[in-house]
Amino acid sequence: MSLLTIKDLSVTFDGEDGPVHAVNNLSLSIDKGQTLGIVGESGSGKSQTAFSIMGLLASNGRTSGSVVFDGQELLGATQKQLNQLRARRIAMIFQDPMTSLNPYMRISDQMTEVLRLHKGLSKTDALAECVRMLDAVKIPAAAERIRLYPHEFSGGMRQRVMIAMSLLCRPDLLIADEPTTALDVTVQAQIMDLLNDLQREFGMATILITHDLGVVAGFCERVLVMYGGRVMEEAPTDPLFETPTHPYTRGLLGAVPRVDDEDAIMTAIPGNPPNMAAPPEGCPFRPRCDFAGEDCRVMPPLVPFDGDRARACHRPVAEVAA
Amino acid sequence: MSPLLRVRDLSVTFPITRPGDMPWTAPRELRAVNGVSFDLEAGQTLGVVGESGCGKSTMARGLIQMVPAKGQVMWRGETDLLALSPRQMKPHRADIQMVFQDPLASLNPRMTVGQIIAEPLKTHRGNLSAGERRTRVAAMMERVGLLPQMINRYPHEFSGGQCQRIGIARALIVEPKLLICDEPVSALDVSIQAQVVDLLKELQRDLNLAMIFIAHDLSVVKNISHDVMVLYLGRVMEKAPRRALYADPQHPYTQALLSAVPVPDPVIERQKRIIQLDGDMPSPMKPPSGCVFRTRCARAQPDCAEVVPQPEGGDHRVACLHPGPVREDELA
Repeated sequence: MSLLTIKDLSVTFDGEDGPVHAVNNLSLSIDKGQTLGIVGESGSGKSQTAFSIMGLLASNGRTSGSVVFDGQELLGATQKQLNQLRARRIAMIFQDPMTSLNPYMRISDQMTEVLRLHKGLSKTDALAECVRMLDAVKIPAAAERIRLYPHEFSGGMRQRVMIAMSLLCRPDLLIADEPTTALDVTVQAQIMDLLNDLQREFGMATILITHDLGVVAGFCERVLVMYGGRVMEEAPTDPLFETPTHPYTRGLLGAVPRVDDEDAIMTAIPGNPPNMAAPPEGCPFRPRCDFAGEDCRVMPPLVPFDGDRARACHRPVAEVAA
Repeated sequence: MSPLLRVRDLSVTFPITRPGDMPWTAPRELRAVNGVSFDLEAGQTLGVVGESGCGKSTMARGLIQMVPAKGQVMWRGETDLLALSPRQMKPHRADIQMVFQDPLASLNPRMTVGQIIAEPLKTHRGNLSAGERRTRVAAMMERVGLLPQMINRYPHEFSGGQCQRIGIARALIVEPKLLICDEPVSALDVSIQAQVVDLLKELQRDLNLAMIFIAHDLSVVKNISHDVMVLYLGRVMEKAPRRALYADPQHPYTQALLSAVPVPDPVIERQKRIIQLDGDMPSPMKPPSGCVFRTRCARAQPDCAEVVPQPEGGDHRVACLHPGPVREDELA
């Protein structure tokens, strides 16, 4: 049985100019210890998906569908029920380590709070465990530095603190929302390396949300590609990069600049991302798609093929992947 | 023939006073850019890369006196831009224009696109009639891929990529010879980045523009640059023609940077071995003695703490006492 199963999740925000459908009919599932990447550009709905799992949507957001974690329905769960799961079973790392730590609290206070609240540990036990965890994320001289305030750490170190904090209760599921986007490449490499090691060591399932296909390639077993609030393609990582079968995935892979290939050129995807307040009719990628036809005015369903892959496109695989 | 831009020994120093300092305490110095030299020809692009805080933006700002700089910036072999007063500098400002990182924040939200793009014309081409300005703005909008009928819209009505096109149009309307692009695509989505890079390349070809392209993303820089310069703590670590820098980097810092860039290929990415840099960049208030990179360098020897290596060599300049290709034992 899978750890997390999302079925037909839709997220809608009520705005002044009418509803915005940020996520439409998203389904996914992740097993214990698996790594899943959710890739998409800004506005594709990847973060809102994560927020609805955690019950963190903005107050004007509405959800429908179902999100089942370990047999328990999360949509519509009370704050009390969610608080039982947050940090303890499901933890989250956010993009900006600067703003997601409390600047007024020492690292020691923010970290021990988690253990005292969720595990009922004593202050000294909690502190010892926190220092152990800071050691695990390779913060040098953790026992001394735990007394510092967030601003006394560099960006990379702050993200390590965030990771340590999220792992304190040994969660079954870790959601990492753009964990390295705000960091320099050399620091990004350190953090991804660390996440890789920790994921293996603690065996938690991980959902990595990112716009960077390179980061996904190194970390995830499966990848979900989102565009305009919908899943375009889902596949195990290797076949997805080798033979992308959705025009958007193909376009995205072609648009990524590569540092390793001498003569690789970036091929732009024409047009602009959809305005989510007034999305195009049917497939959201239609206005930018080379393969689009009249039938694309109706959104194609996400259809499984090849055993463990799925795609949402009217064009046959052979035509797109050729 | 002297190059369009010849920069020699450019340095930017900021005075830092700390809270609690007495009024008579001499401020401490933060040297953000230290001894940067390069030449740039018309029609060429110099890519400038480095991590945050390495001084790449400050260097560009120093060139055009947006921050006080020392050294020499020879423009077309005749004028030292750093020796000019603000009044003397003004005619040259039309020749050197800038495109900024945050496409929306760098446009005035209360002005229409037409007004934004026309603004430099008012400053630098004051004798143009309003009608003539309008014609030029419309032509420029078309040139950068914006519909001229959008001339009366406001910046918030445009997407990030379109806003960056507006920024480019504003920079090019006064027909500059040098365009300084400070992280022009970093805030854009991948699918849009390539559009803007393509546009810049096309404009460069058509207008014989020289460009300084600043970015932290080495793969984007590779796509657009003829020469690439790598900065660390305000100093040039390596400067080389693009092909040489990416295929045969000699400086351990360049090698570490390149090895850390994720590649969108799971097979390569899983087998890849990278050069791990331990720790963080030292504070620019207290840079290490000798080579500034030595504290994080696997190749550092005792002499690295004593001698400041100078960027040496002809086309391919390396500021390292122990340059050379990556060694097997440096890879993690």
